Amino acid sequence: QKLAAAMNPAYALMEKKTAYKDATTYNNFYEFGTDKADPAQTAGSLKTRPWTITIDGEVKKPLTLDLDALLKLAPLEERIYRLRCVEGWSMVIPWIGYSLSALLKKIEPTGSARYVEFTTLDDKKQMPGLHSPVLDWPYVEGLRLDEANHPLTLLTLGMYGEVLPNQNGAPVRITVPWKYGFKSAKSIVRIRLTRDQPRTAWNNAAPHEYGFYSNVNPQVDHPRWSQASERRIGEDGLFTRKRKTLMFNGYSEVASLYSGMDLKKFF
Amino acid sequence: MTPDRLQIARIKQILFVCALIPFLRLLGFALTDRLGANPLEFISRNTGDWTLYFLSITLAITPLRRLLHVGWIVQLRRMLGLFGFFYASLHFLTFLWFDHFFDLEEMWKDVLKRPFITVGFAAFVCLLPLALTSTNRMMKRLGRHWQRVHRLIYGILPLGVLHYYWMKAGKHDLSQPLLFALLIAVLLSLRLWWRWSGRRAASAVS
Repeated sequence: QKLAAAMNPAYALMEKKTAYKDATTYNNFYEFGTDKADPAQTAGSLKTRPWTITIDGEVKKPLTLDLDALLKLAPLEERIYRLRCVEGWSMVIPWIGYSLSALLKKIEPTGSARYVEFTTLDDKKQMPGLHSPVLDWPYVEGLRLDEANHPLTLLTLGMYGEVLPNQNGAPVRITVPWKYGFKSAKSIVRIRLTRDQPRTAWNNAAPHEYGFYSNVNPQVDHPRWSQASERRIGEDGLFTRKRKTLMFNGYSEVASLYSGMDLKKFF
Repeated sequence: MTPDRLQIARIKQILFVCALIPFLRLLGFALTDRLGANPLEFISRNTGDWTLYFLSITLAITPLRRLLHVGWIVQLRRMLGLFGFFYASLHFLTFLWFDHFFDLEEMWKDVLKRPFITVGFAAFVCLLPLALTSTNRMMKRLGRHWQRVHRLIYGILPLGVLHYYWMKAGKHDLSQPLLFALLIAVLLSLRLWWRWSGRRAASAVS
């Protein structure tokens, strides 16, 4: 299903886009199974309409929006972002959406709001992977409010000129391109503004391996593998050396969000 | 119901071809571009899986022949073990070639720094003497020591499963490694049990 959007020239990345087939058949979305081929096969059971998303917590105007309202809330833009998975591979994907800040402005965070928490749908009937106890469901992710308000943080409703395929987090997800992929919560049903740092799914499951921040950082290795390099899916074949991973995945404009912070400690 | 020499030779031929199927499948996939979005990951996982399968079957031979009274299957054990080594070598080669491009220094860094790789590497190194002493001549030459060398497998398989466990731990998906751990625990404790209960058949224990 087509989704019209104008290219935002500020994010018209000059890198080869990942093939649609790779981007839609190689996914980490544990609600649909832990194998990366699983979501493409099992996500058909997800019903993306009707869909509502509730925004509440430390806000002056809590809000529940359906998908159509969400699609009309701000002009849709196309943006090409690099996506770096914590597992050491990467893709380049043309997303469609608008800055999350547009939505956050509407609900008017209170003075004590410091974090934004995203919750993924938690319905065993639609998501077979929820039967397996690999994570503490529902999947929760979070950002600091200033991170969430950064123009790069994209409330995402489509990719490749279409609405999001189910396995990529339909009907609405976020995309935070300077952080490892798992920080970008999929199939979101609730956005909550909080005073305290949210308990996020992977940080909860393995705090020594996955930090709350999880910024792409070639200098901080995962305990089980190096993060210094990555394999670009579809481009870096078996006989190509992996490419160097860039600090903040190349989005150096976010560096000021972390000035004065020890990113080895707050990894 | 014991097969005669000719039948065993036939069974071995069939087993040989069957054991090559996973390798041929990989080769076919590689040639027809069907290794998926991340070919390195595919090959690496696939060869790792088959290493564990073959080594587990090898370890199951002794309990099986005692429990099912099929003594002759011991004649298949060497081939099964060597196929385990074959897939382990492919697994290691994938790591050395496609992950590190034969940069030995880089590889060593990885081996030393990351317990998950350390353990896998150690298991592979321990497999080498087993493979090298698998010929009839070496068996004869080593005599009683041969069995002692080949008991290394009791350590190698747990290391291999630990390697797999740590790999899967990242995914928090431990059902498969735990299944392997259980299987190997059963296979090893059967041996201990037989040993302790002193009911050692003349041909047993390996």
